[in-house]
Amino acid sequence: MRRSRSSQLVAAILVNAVYEMKNYPINLVNTVLSPLSFLVVIDFVSRGALIGQAIEGGLIMSMFQSGMSLQGDISHLKNDFKLQDMLVSSPASPAAYVVGMAASEIIYNLPALAILIVLGAIYIHPGAFQALELTAALLLMFLTSITIGFMFATLSSDIVQSFAWSRLLTTVFTAITPVYYPITYIPYPFRYLAYLSPTTYVAEIMQNAAGYLQLSGNVLITDWAIISGLAAVLLVVVSRNARWKEV
Amino acid sequence: MDQLITNGLSKRYGQKTDALQDVTFSAPSSGIFALIGRNGAGKTTLVRILATELAPTSGSASINGIDVVKEDKKLRERIAIVPQEARTISWMTPKQSTLTYLMWRGFEYSEAKKRAEESLARLKLDKYADTLNRLLSGGTKRKALAAMVLASEADIIFLDEPTTGLDPISRKDFWVILRELAKDRFIFLTTHYLEEAEQLADTLGILGEGRLVAVGTVPSIRGRIRYQYSVKLPANSPVPGISQGEVTTGRNGEVQILTNEDEAFSISKRLSVAGARFSIGPVSLDDIFFQLVGESTHAEQEAATLGNEGGGSG
Repeated sequence: MRRSRSSQLVAAILVNAVYEMKNYPINLVNTVLSPLSFLVVIDFVSRGALIGQAIEGGLIMSMFQSGMSLQGDISHLKNDFKLQDMLVSSPASPAAYVVGMAASEIIYNLPALAILIVLGAIYIHPGAFQALELTAALLLMFLTSITIGFMFATLSSDIVQSFAWSRLLTTVFTAITPVYYPITYIPYPFRYLAYLSPTTYVAEIMQNAAGYLQLSGNVLITDWAIISGLAAVLLVVVSRNARWKEV
Repeated sequence: MDQLITNGLSKRYGQKTDALQDVTFSAPSSGIFALIGRNGAGKTTLVRILATELAPTSGSASINGIDVVKEDKKLRERIAIVPQEARTISWMTPKQSTLTYLMWRGFEYSEAKKRAEESLARLKLDKYADTLNRLLSGGTKRKALAAMVLASEADIIFLDEPTTGLDPISRKDFWVILRELAKDRFIFLTTHYLEEAEQLADTLGILGEGRLVAVGTVPSIRGRIRYQYSVKLPANSPVPGISQGEVTTGRNGEVQILTNEDEAFSISKRLSVAGARFSIGPVSLDDIFFQLVGESTHAEQEAATLGNEGGGSG
């Protein structure tokens, strides 16, 4: 029998995005509201001065949240429903499963992303090159968070802890770090701590692209190199160490 | 060629826990193979190894000539499993669950949809096809899981304790499904319901503490045990003298004599003459299980005791 890889991808999207959105809409509302609620608070507190940074922050949070949701969702399907065991003992491709699940997270986040992109077009109105720069930075953010999420998911055997980790990492890496506001608001030496988070580099690149931060060429190149390198290293680590089945 | 063969199959978790020890047997890979054993006997470990989910520590196994470790990808083309604690995904319906499971196996959407509908109808689940899984009864959820694997093209199906937690009526309904599944597939199921194994199994395997105690048809296993007949007497009945066999008393006071055929008929003749109430018949699978697993456990305890004594004196 000839097996369709695209069917395997679509299966993950149906299970983890389409059917969940359709049957449990409350989860979707929650996913949309998280990045938007911070945006509203930052906009209100800064009296509109930081609306652009906050929109970019919302986009970063939304992308990072996708990766962390992948962690919780894969763990949920694996530990609570034993779906992964059913798929291991079948012709399902591990790669198609992971890519399909990652795609499902983006699709699940589309409503939030759509709102943020519209707000970005209104308040940031980037040019074509800047839009390209913002998109590339967000995709690197997504790749990084997806690999972190997948690594945690394969190691996790407890769904309650998985969801707790998911929320904790999202808060630490997107709400505390300078994602919704410029890094210059953080006094030294705490600023160095912020550079422990991958989201800081993406935020710097995006804030620079939109003109909210003036970075030197060297700093900008360093930011791109760090986030690209981190995504590549995590991808290699995950592809070598993530477990599809027990051994 | 259509055989399930294991050779010295062992699985050790960590440094100390031997879940399976030197399991060697061959059995036809057709009809229903039922594996019975107490909790922790190693049933799930054996299923997971055969279903390519878990690598054995040592030994080998093959199904229809396909090695479960070296040719795992080839075998996965032909197998499907419902794990012990599998649950239907709460935010989906039986139809959506079956459809997506088939798509994960590589079926195109239209073919998967057609097969899902046929499978649900075959198991009389069509009226629940579009009901959310979380709203279904326990028995219907189990049937929905069976519908998923039934809809697939797999001809080797593993079901790990598929009826655990079901009420007796749902369990018997499920047996009908299993017989249906076994018409054109090989079903490897584990259970700790002896009645279930006796009703369904074409071939039976008995595991005791990680070791294979017996394998074969129920009559052939019955032929291997020491006492093949059972005489049962109501509580407070006088127990007749016996020359061979074992007498046990149940919690309700019922007396059971396990003995050989000649002695059983001799006892029954005496009881009939005395006008006593009793029943006589071949030993049940329960009796076989307790004789074999009890003996195996007892033999291991004795060996351990002797081993300890030997160590002390040395």
